Amino acid sequence: MVLSRKNQSLITESEEQTVAAGRELAATLKNGDVVSLSGPLGAGKTCFIRGIAIGLGVNRGDIKSPSFTLVNEYYGSMPLYHFDLYRLKEISELYGIGWDDYLMRDGIVVVEWGEKAGDRLPDRRIEINIKIISENKRHLELALIGQKA
Amino acid sequence: MITLGIETSCDETSVAVVEDSDKILSNVILSQLIHKGYGGVVPELAGREHLKAIMTVYDEALKKAGVQAGDFDLIAATYGPGLVGALLVGLNFGKGLAYGYDKPFVAVNHLEGHIASNFLVHPNLPEKHITLIISGGHTSLVLVNGFGRYRVLGQTKDDAVGEAYDKVAKLLGLGYPGGEQIDRLGRIGDRKYFRFPRGVIREESYDFSYSGLKTAVALHVRDLSESELEQHRADIAASFQEAALEVLVVKTIRAAKEFGVEAVSLSGGVASNSRLKELMQKHLSKIKARFFCPPPELCTDNAAMIAAAGFRRFGIDGPSDLNANAVPYLKLV
Repeated sequence: MVLSRKNQSLITESEEQTVAAGRELAATLKNGDVVSLSGPLGAGKTCFIRGIAIGLGVNRGDIKSPSFTLVNEYYGSMPLYHFDLYRLKEISELYGIGWDDYLMRDGIVVVEWGEKAGDRLPDRRIEINIKIISENKRHLELALIGQKA
Repeated sequence: MITLGIETSCDETSVAVVEDSDKILSNVILSQLIHKGYGGVVPELAGREHLKAIMTVYDEALKKAGVQAGDFDLIAATYGPGLVGALLVGLNFGKGLAYGYDKPFVAVNHLEGHIASNFLVHPNLPEKHITLIISGGHTSLVLVNGFGRYRVLGQTKDDAVGEAYDKVAKLLGLGYPGGEQIDRLGRIGDRKYFRFPRGVIREESYDFSYSGLKTAVALHVRDLSESELEQHRADIAASFQEAALEVLVVKTIRAAKEFGVEAVSLSGGVASNSRLKELMQKHLSKIKARFFCPPPELCTDNAAMIAAAGFRRFGIDGPSDLNANAVPYLKLV
């Protein structure tokens, strides 16, 4: 089973499977896509994004949590901008990190704690919510916003 | 030779005056306490606050050092890694002074600054040693073969150790900065209360991983009632800290043995952690290696280390171009 635009629900049993799910999704992503991830601390948002990055040919070692810098840039087969809005308090702070500029650039934007961007998220996006079921088990749900499957 | 150092890579605005390679005349650090309410650094605030603070911090640094504006021979400022909006403030301030007073300017790598912090205060630190740079944004184990010659042995694969501290502090309902709070609670809590995972401790590589540990603490806290959390807050802090630090100690000692160094140094904000220093000291004395750690005001981000690194860098490469730009993802090598 894979998580895709058609199959929008997936249970993973390990961190590796969450990474693999991200990797599978990467194959279907196109230039300009925005993927917003939500889920509690420790759900595996960074893991999933690591999968996407690996799927786009980024070196595994280059993929880090951007909590400190708020955004990391990776260059695989396509540019990938990895945001983490965990520390964002007010939507207006997005100006300071060049959010709108990134949305207009070539490449794919993935964003952890995307819900914190509120209405500044583009109308057309992919939303992924990760729920913690047990220590290793996660429930991934994908929703297409403003587009068809 | 008098070097003016400027550091604004993250949430500290700092200006220092250092004479030659080792005499600190002043080191003024203004922490942006405004971030306290946010449980971490918010970049836009960082840039704006640096801008508000830099002139005052600069004046204070000159006054404390007893130096007049323009009475310096070299200006050194951090150009990366860090938050771009924050870096630009200090970097441009430095370049402006260099242009205005017609003094040489040198752009400094913040990570090399941390390495220099130990050379600055420990004249007896052997040129060849292992250093562990640990902070909110970095976790790097480096083999130093003298200033300017580095081999990065390993680094974090996901979260930095200081970031794990901040996130766990938030889970436990503690304030920012999380490191100090956990260190304090860790001293009274039960270190054996719960065995949290030691990320990649058995792996042969010198890399680190703190994402799994953060997740384990999150899951543990999720399953506790409010009163249980209240009761075990210090125990969780102590147990988390034991797991986080054991990996640092084990890998550092292993590297010290493998590369046959006689000394190990710590730098970065997490280097002021009292439990870490205690553990390092204990294990290093067993292998007869010496242990070096800067005082707390040189562990946290500060401009004295930038001045010290700038002075040495200038000796190797000469001045930087005044077009030097900020590089947010700058690496050590």
